[in-house]
Amino acid sequence: MHMDMNPNVSPDSIAEMKKMYGLDKPIPVQYADWVGRLMRFDFGRSFLDQRPVIAKIADRLPATLLLSGLSLFTIFILAIPLGVYSAMHHNSKKDRFITVFTFVGYSIPAFWLALLCMLFFGVILGWLPISGMRSVNHDMLGAVDKFWDYCAHLILPVFISAFGGLASISRYTRSNMLEVVRQDYIRTAKAKGLPRHSVYYLHALRNALLPIITIIGLALPGLIGGSFIFETIFSWPGMGRLAYESAMNFDYPTIMGIAVIGAMLTLIGNIIADILYAAVDPRIRL
Amino acid sequence: MSVFQSTAVILVGLMILISGCAQKAMKDKIPDQNRDYPAAYGDVIVQGTIADPAILNPVLASDTASTDVTGLIFNSLLRYDKDLNLEGEVAESWKISADGKIITFTLKKGVKWHDGRLLTAHDVDFTLRTFLDPKVKTAYRSNYADVVKTKVVDDNTFKVWYRKPFAPVLEKMGGMPILPKHLLKGRDINKTDDFNFRPVGSGPYKFVSWKRAESVLLQANPEYFEGRPYLNRVVYRVIPDMSVQFLELQNGGLDMMGLTPHQYNGEANTQEFNYKFNKFKYTSNQYTYLGFNLKKKMFQNKHFREAIDIAINKEALVQSVLEGLGAVATGPYTPRSWAYNPEVKARAFDQLRAREMFVAAGYRYAKNGKLLKDGKPVEFTLLTNQGNRNREQTAIIIQSQLKEVGIKVNIRIIAWSTFLSEFVNKRKFDAVLLGWSLARDPDLYSIWHSSKTGEHEFNFVSYKNTEVDRLLVRGRQTFNRNKRQQIYYRVHEIIAYELPYVFLYVPDSLPAVHARIQNIHPAAAGIAYNFIKWYVPEGYHKYAK
Repeated sequence: MHMDMNPNVSPDSIAEMKKMYGLDKPIPVQYADWVGRLMRFDFGRSFLDQRPVIAKIADRLPATLLLSGLSLFTIFILAIPLGVYSAMHHNSKKDRFITVFTFVGYSIPAFWLALLCMLFFGVILGWLPISGMRSVNHDMLGAVDKFWDYCAHLILPVFISAFGGLASISRYTRSNMLEVVRQDYIRTAKAKGLPRHSVYYLHALRNALLPIITIIGLALPGLIGGSFIFETIFSWPGMGRLAYESAMNFDYPTIMGIAVIGAMLTLIGNIIADILYAAVDPRIRL
Repeated sequence: MSVFQSTAVILVGLMILISGCAQKAMKDKIPDQNRDYPAAYGDVIVQGTIADPAILNPVLASDTASTDVTGLIFNSLLRYDKDLNLEGEVAESWKISADGKIITFTLKKGVKWHDGRLLTAHDVDFTLRTFLDPKVKTAYRSNYADVVKTKVVDDNTFKVWYRKPFAPVLEKMGGMPILPKHLLKGRDINKTDDFNFRPVGSGPYKFVSWKRAESVLLQANPEYFEGRPYLNRVVYRVIPDMSVQFLELQNGGLDMMGLTPHQYNGEANTQEFNYKFNKFKYTSNQYTYLGFNLKKKMFQNKHFREAIDIAINKEALVQSVLEGLGAVATGPYTPRSWAYNPEVKARAFDQLRAREMFVAAGYRYAKNGKLLKDGKPVEFTLLTNQGNRNREQTAIIIQSQLKEVGIKVNIRIIAWSTFLSEFVNKRKFDAVLLGWSLARDPDLYSIWHSSKTGEHEFNFVSYKNTEVDRLLVRGRQTFNRNKRQQIYYRVHEIIAYELPYVFLYVPDSLPAVHARIQNIHPAAAGIAYNFIKWYVPEGYHKYAK
């Protein structure tokens, strides 16, 4: 408990608190208690505010889902066409430009880029809000203005996080495309005189996208876990910050709750990816 | 043009664009700072907080984010005025019995809870009992541990008996936030989520809403017994990153924040910033020190400690670490406290004399300039906690200054919890670099009394001086402020003379407040003491009603 250096807290209160939280029991007993509660989805109450951990997570989940869902969507919308385009023009100047562009995004520290963009679009131009999910006067706005208020607050975080995620998906798409276009059925499609455009987008892309499904499955924990750096920089009220704040405050029940949920989601994500993969690719059987 | 060249051109273009736009038009409407405007109701003040409040029940909250908010929602019996004298808040007056064991508080009449009920002595009694209830998860129970019994004499009179006379009780009893009995009676306060997250108090602001990890909104209490606050709403925005807070301040997303010395002298010193904001500067009630483990033989020699003290250039620390925005500390009190003894001066920096003192204390210098004791070079490890850049810089400067007098200092920076549990609590350290944030009452028993050297206690340097022990006990039993002041002047003097710590510096508080907000007058108590009287003149309101 983080109360050691507060001159107003006496050692008696520390001993008292230990007893209250069951920390004076032997460790095996504490563990058995914890597993027992876990089976009933009872993650306990937070040390920090005495609220049920589940309620704390439920508070934060929507914000994280909104931000990471939108940025994942943006990544796919932008990265897949970029990857296909790179593959169509592979080894050309355009291909190299896209490669450099996406890798610059991948390599730039997100917090630094975020601060620069905040300074530029927020302070200097004054076009966009700097941080947060909605304005201070959000509750007084009409429904349409509320929607635009959310949009304005989403622009910077969504695009900056998408910029960092472009590289991997576009590279996956590009290399899968290059592999697929060497196959016989593509040569057949070309030979029968289909336009280049529809050969790539209709015939090749479908097969090239199969491995991407795995990535969607693996993105599930990240989708819900959120990103601590992003949420801190943008003052976004999400899960990543909750995890970090609980760690900094030694709020063990919350940390354990988030960790257990993260572990479960990773497993569920893997299963979903496997099932989807089998569903879309008849060559694979479970 | 290659891809790299074109990317570089784009980046450079962006930079030029950024710097070219750096002088943005001044669009905020700012009242003339040299004119007096009549006070007006309305407008909103937006403040930043690094962390989301944990719980808005002052009995259960122990984080500053929560207590900042509850401070505006709840009242206490007494408070400090702008000159740091205790004055009545809910209490009209208070009387201490001749033996110092009984305090009688008379409450103001007509103080109302936000739901309209009257605040009475029954509420005060209920709150005190709540703090003392062992089932309540509060960190402040020991503040009230010496209470023997309480009595509600009538609706406006409350009496409390103490085991022994104890002067800081006035701060502790007086500062106790009062809870409404009619809403909490007979309930398990740890789990009254409806109250803990939607508090009902009696203070100048009413709770309106709380968006988790985003913001807390408060609304002025029109029936507040000291008059309706001028600023209509207070918003606390949770912005965990300090650089983002500063951007928000510049962008108008925040109206107030504490600046770092670097910001104060640099980014917050532009023409535009000085036009849009009023900056304040006053000494804080905290200090940074180098504490010696007096259980170690090396540090038991007072001359050795004194030589180290004069070998460290504290003025240089203030100039470099605090960029000049602070003062050299002289002892266990800061100039913010009435217990600060102005007669005590810091020793002058003099490395030549430090060398002489080492030699006089039985040390000797080797040919390579190293200080030797019994043939062995003198070295010690200086521990400090991770995450405090000022302390890390200070440690490095001390290291280089002591190197000049031949002492090798090894710096170790350790995460806070390990630092406490493995080193400080187990006394496994040579010297630590730490700071204290002091309460306003000058009782320093828990830091300097020789009985407070137990494992989790705060006299971890193991300081022992019978006169200081006696004075600290007497200071707790003396209610007369002038007599107490004399006692603590002497404590300040002795500790400064004995040097269990090298007292380093007292940083300044550097708040900036948007210039549309008027009637802010820094005093000994800072700027927030008259918060309910701050106002924005008519015509300069930023937020509509």
